[in-house]
Amino acid sequence: MNTVVAQLQRQFQDYLVSLYQQGFLDNQFTELRKLQDEGTPDFVAEVVSLFFDDCSKLINSMSRSLERPENVDFKQVDSGVHQLKGSSSSVGARRVKNVCISFKECCDVQNREGCLRCLQQVDYEYKMLKTKLQDLFNLEQQIVQAGGAIPQVNIN
Amino acid sequence: MATNSMGNIQKIKKKLKVLIVDDDPLNLKIHEKIIKAIGGISQTARNGEEAVIIHRDGGSSFDLILMDKEMPERDGVSTTKKLREMKVKSMIVGVTSLADNEEERRAFMEAGLNHCLAKPLTKDKIIPLINQLMDA
Repeated sequence: MNTVVAQLQRQFQDYLVSLYQQGFLDNQFTELRKLQDEGTPDFVAEVVSLFFDDCSKLINSMSRSLERPENVDFKQVDSGVHQLKGSSSSVGARRVKNVCISFKECCDVQNREGCLRCLQQVDYEYKMLKTKLQDLFNLEQQIVQAGGAIPQVNIN
Repeated sequence: MATNSMGNIQKIKKKLKVLIVDDDPLNLKIHEKIIKAIGGISQTARNGEEAVIIHRDGGSSFDLILMDKEMPERDGVSTTKKLREMKVKSMIVGVTSLADNEEERRAFMEAGLNHCLAKPLTKDKIIPLINQLMDA
């Protein structure tokens, strides 16, 4: 049992570190993990769930605004990008945030093609992160079910 | 007060009353957790107008108000001005986005803020302000 827990904990640690190293997450995610405690064991999962809901809504809204080339509402798109950048920053979703920076630049010069490319990329990045974090939370569950504790991981 | 070896407050004994004014449910959740983690109690308002109503109706007083800048109904600048007109003496800390330029931040400060912090908020950003409040 202890070996199983230790193996799962090592797997969790390696996986989490890899998410930082590959640029999916930044220090703000670490801050969120620090806020999680025994009284709120699902805090991080709940926060990222809200974030992914935000992503979905904002991407759909921006997609509609960019739909017709002759009638693009860049102000609306810009507002969506601003919100998405803010929420990705709040959860530590580094790649999503970085795409938003490029996205904002395309909005500023009213580049529809550029905006569409960024929209596609931000959609890809948030869905990729969603899958990765689901795998991470699954590992957490397995550790707890095996009777172990979620390790504190030091990200340098 | 509970302090660590550096003399910094990690958790405060007095229950600090904090009003969190933000239209984003994600930010509300995170900021509420931060306040709880440092030993405070929080109330939330989804926009500036709600924050004004809370003060008008209940005569509530808070030690600290965390004020988002961009909100529907009434934004952070207008809300801060209104609360100061209502003689609200709480420490009001503006929460700005990195996209806000210097001029926008200055306008927010001039509305009556005590401090301005950039998102995302963390415990480390809030604790020095709490120290200041406790010393006052």
